[in-house]
Amino acid sequence: MNTVVADITYRAMLGRKRIWLLVLLPVALVAIAALLRLLNGESEQTAVTLMKTFAIGTMLPLLGLIGGTGVIAPEIEDGTIIHLLSKPISRPVIAVTKFVVAASLIAVFAAVSTFAAAYLLTGTESGVATGFTLGALFGGVAYAAVFLLLGVLTRHAVAIGVIYALVWEGVVGGYVPGARKFSIQQWAQSLADQISSSAFFSTEVTLGFAVPAMVIVTVGAVLWTGQRLRSLSLTGDD
Amino acid sequence: MTTTSPPVTTRQGVLELAQVSRWYGNVVAVNDVTMTIGPGVTGLLGPNGAGKSTLLHMMAGFLAPSNGTATLDGRQIWHNHDIYRQIGLVPEKEAVYGFLTGRQFVLSAARLHGLPSPADAARRALDLVEMTEASGRRIETYSKGMRQRVKVAAALVHDPQVLLLDEPFNGMDPRQRLHLMDLVRRMGEEGRTILFSSHILEEVERVAHHIEVLVAGRHAASGDYREIRRRMADRPHRFRVRSSDDRRLAAALIADLSSSAVSLTEQGIEVQVTDFARFTALLPRTARDLDVHLWQVSPTDEDLESVFSYLISGSAR
Repeated sequence: MNTVVADITYRAMLGRKRIWLLVLLPVALVAIAALLRLLNGESEQTAVTLMKTFAIGTMLPLLGLIGGTGVIAPEIEDGTIIHLLSKPISRPVIAVTKFVVAASLIAVFAAVSTFAAAYLLTGTESGVATGFTLGALFGGVAYAAVFLLLGVLTRHAVAIGVIYALVWEGVVGGYVPGARKFSIQQWAQSLADQISSSAFFSTEVTLGFAVPAMVIVTVGAVLWTGQRLRSLSLTGDD
Repeated sequence: MTTTSPPVTTRQGVLELAQVSRWYGNVVAVNDVTMTIGPGVTGLLGPNGAGKSTLLHMMAGFLAPSNGTATLDGRQIWHNHDIYRQIGLVPEKEAVYGFLTGRQFVLSAARLHGLPSPADAARRALDLVEMTEASGRRIETYSKGMRQRVKVAAALVHDPQVLLLDEPFNGMDPRQRLHLMDLVRRMGEEGRTILFSSHILEEVERVAHHIEVLVAGRHAASGDYREIRRRMADRPHRFRVRSSDDRRLAAALIADLSSSAVSLTEQGIEVQVTDFARFTALLPRTARDLDVHLWQVSPTDEDLESVFSYLISGSAR
């Protein structure tokens, strides 16, 4: 961890207009929950559906994409990253710092809004709110690492990230059972399922697979990011 | 009898490129360049696209040579982040964190270097580039020249032995340019190793005591600026002349030794000049004597590319 790198990165992410990218989806989630509560009253089933499809299924990967690529990809694109890299700081330390910033932002925005939305709909019934909050928290951390890596691997991180989130996790994961094992979204859900006792909710991926997978993917992606940064080449205009 | 050579004092801040090449796929950006850059100001001169940035990036540790080695005081630069204790880098790209103030930006550089008193170091660096007054404003409000200076301040904050600047005078107004040139010269006199790239000869010769010329990725010439200047003036020139009587004027010009070839074309006379000084004196005199009016006299090969390609052919001889 390097506090100066973290400070600059937080400022870049939270300053001015960019914060709206992070705020928009969580606000939408809470607003939808409030609306459903007003129209239908408390409903555990509604809560579980909203959590599965919107909180974990849509908001989490998109926040992961915004946060994970956002902490590094724009800086590589416009060359400002030179300011950090031309200093006697090891590149893996810079990678870890960027990861911590991304993970903390995603975790906070995703987890807080997930809890608020679930609580609005079911209170503390069946541990739905707590379960999905933890799922969003750890899923968000894994997404942060994966999309951070994507941000240093390719200049088309956002496009590839969107395709991954929508096509792989959304479509393939939805219809091809085997693909679900390799989906951060499914891991986050199995964590939620473990804690929640709701009858409206069951997952296929076991916790015994999901937790180690999440840890391996997160640690691996951060280490790889560090190695990749060590060899980051900047080409001039000529 | 044995002679003992004096102890070799290890000079600090010597950049060395040994047979360095860099290619991107099939395109060779830098081709087998060997050069040593020591203390003082060195200008890296070459037309756009000559590979100056590529070379500078390899010296700054932001690009691995495809072949050969780039070292600073014998230590490898690539994959060595400790090297930045000695190197200050001013990249060409204008982008800096616009949301920071000038002071915050320079202070962050001092902190990233882990300096003992970062605030003092930042103040000194901002003073040096005369940016103290504007340092409380966000960088996004700065002019191009101010951004450039604040980048220089950030690069100087740790008092590096080596300073690398990529096209530092680009986009500056004349006053800012003079000020930065003065600063660069002064730092060179203090014994720092300073290398800056430029595609403008006048810029380079005003600041650098030593010039390295890069053309099409190859090391075309190296030396004192007077030497480079002389070789540039000595080269054969081509002129196009349009007059009221091209044929008569052409006959008189070829009769003199200052030209090696004269041809009549639709657009006027093309003259290959071998003695520049003599030709420039001869032309108006001859025109007056023959009572021929000169409509146009223009060099056809004054662009940098042809000057540089002449230098390459000269160094190949």
